[in-house]
Amino acid sequence: MTNLAAEQELMARYRQRKRLLSKLFGAVCLMAMISCVAILAFLLISVLWRGFDYLGWDLIRNLPSRSAAKAGIWVYLIGSLWLIGLTTLFAVPLGVGAALYLEEYAAESRWKRIVQLNIANLAGVPSIVYGLLGLGIFVYILNLGQSILAGALTLTLVVLPIVILASQEALRAVPGSIRQASYALGATRWQTTWRQVLPAAMPGIMTGVILAVSRALGEAAPLVAMGAVQYVDRAPTSVWDTFSALPLAIFYWAMHSKPEFHDLAAAAIIVLLVVLISLNMVAAFVRYRFGKKVRW
Amino acid sequence: MSTTNIASDNPRRSLVVDAARLRRYRIEGMVRYVLMVCAGVSVLTTVGIVVLLLFESLQFFGTVSIVEFVTGTQWAPQNQQYGILPLLCGTLLVTAGAALVAIPLGLGTAIYLSEYATPWIRETVKPALEILAGVPSVVFGYLALIVISPIIRDWVPNADPANAACAAIVVGFMILPTVISLSEDVLRSVPRSLREAGYALGATKFDVTVKVIVPAAMSGIVASFLLAISRAIGETMAVTLAAGGTPRITANPFESIQTMTAYIVEKTGGENAHGTPEYRTIFAVGLTLFVSTMLLNLAAQAILSRVREKYE
Repeated sequence: MTNLAAEQELMARYRQRKRLLSKLFGAVCLMAMISCVAILAFLLISVLWRGFDYLGWDLIRNLPSRSAAKAGIWVYLIGSLWLIGLTTLFAVPLGVGAALYLEEYAAESRWKRIVQLNIANLAGVPSIVYGLLGLGIFVYILNLGQSILAGALTLTLVVLPIVILASQEALRAVPGSIRQASYALGATRWQTTWRQVLPAAMPGIMTGVILAVSRALGEAAPLVAMGAVQYVDRAPTSVWDTFSALPLAIFYWAMHSKPEFHDLAAAAIIVLLVVLISLNMVAAFVRYRFGKKVRW
Repeated sequence: MSTTNIASDNPRRSLVVDAARLRRYRIEGMVRYVLMVCAGVSVLTTVGIVVLLLFESLQFFGTVSIVEFVTGTQWAPQNQQYGILPLLCGTLLVTAGAALVAIPLGLGTAIYLSEYATPWIRETVKPALEILAGVPSVVFGYLALIVISPIIRDWVPNADPANAACAAIVVGFMILPTVISLSEDVLRSVPRSLREAGYALGATKFDVTVKVIVPAAMSGIVASFLLAISRAIGETMAVTLAAGGTPRITANPFESIQTMTAYIVEKTGGENAHGTPEYRTIFAVGLTLFVSTMLLNLAAQAILSRVREKYE
């Protein structure tokens, strides 16, 4: 009798311990998540805090200067706009074309599997390696020098896997019945692809393109590796001009010996993050708004 | 009949001679080749990377012995000392530190999101983490140098102004989203029946999660770690800003170190004569970087494709 009671009490205590352990584990995991979010918030707020005083139209309009109070990001901003404009121009047709080939044209074959594996691998290649490629091929072999064109071509290679993978995903989501219906009406493969499949996949592709643009906008390593210049005194006017970009300005200002420049870098970071977050919001909007329009 | 002809890949078999259709067939054929060229660019990129890195590295190894490169303990190209071990040690130190930060935090968050969180929390936290993934590396470098480094120096007074620890911390945050989103995907793809079998046996949530779900998802979780570590190895701007810039073999995280990527930035950022051995060092270092990240990526992809076969 006492044995059974003792055993029951033991089991009760065991269960209680188990339940406590389970709760504790949940709490630990919750703490992990909260600390992730909290650290993210802390970092963003500390940048906002430091850069706040420098925000204003002067920051956007002014040319680089030796004094932090007078320096602005105009030439860097224009350089970045040139870069992402050209990069989009190169990367979107190439990336969407490659995705169309892989999803709509290529037959299941070893060649297709190799291309696919290759793209997945390129997505994981460190961006600085692309910078070395840009340095070796575009700057020296094609002799483009440290021009915007060379920079944009390098960035194109960096973001190409992103565009391809996102477009493939979007194309795969278009149901086969759409294609069959189009073929049944006598359309050719390209007519089907161009008039039916591509418009249906557009929201997904746009999301991928915006992701790629934001990556290109924030990327500094490949530009440094291909030798983008640190100091330019005027905004570029053609694709052959030397250039600098917003992330490069942040890089050099963060290393500056005068602490005022650190605050200036923080202000430039705020501008960059505002642009990036707006781009992400546009992507979310496109996904939401146009994703709903097409129903199968 | 005609529909199948038009849609077929071989227009020559068609009997239709209508001029407009003939033109359309020609366009069809051209489009296929144009698209194939687009896909070929990605293959060319890989070929370009491999050929360029090998070409320059082989020339480099013509002047410097490969044995010296792999075993030398001094990295000072300006003094003709080409031992890559200090750079490897720097990369290893930062990567290990980053893994130490990202793996517990990331796995904990992934488990919480997949097993405990309400849908509302999941839908709020995941986009927030996507923001974290979208923050450029140079911004993290700034944070490490300007925000985190002073905090570390408060605790460890004799730490160098820029040191391996603050680089490791920010790189850890940078790779967090990779760990979280991939691990969470794998955890959630574990079949519901396994969970319910566990609960039916009277197991607590802890038991089910730690003894059933996590082991079932283990290979995918490991793959997410591998991908994250490969990202940490290739991470450039943050470590260039935060880790200092002194190539040395050390295990002390509070010393200034230099990683492979940071060395490439240092060399290419300054003036360097095209074609000298010093210029070629960056390609030899780049090749080491490329090979090590590619091996990790391939391993992760092999594991992930096996996982997908298992549960889909």
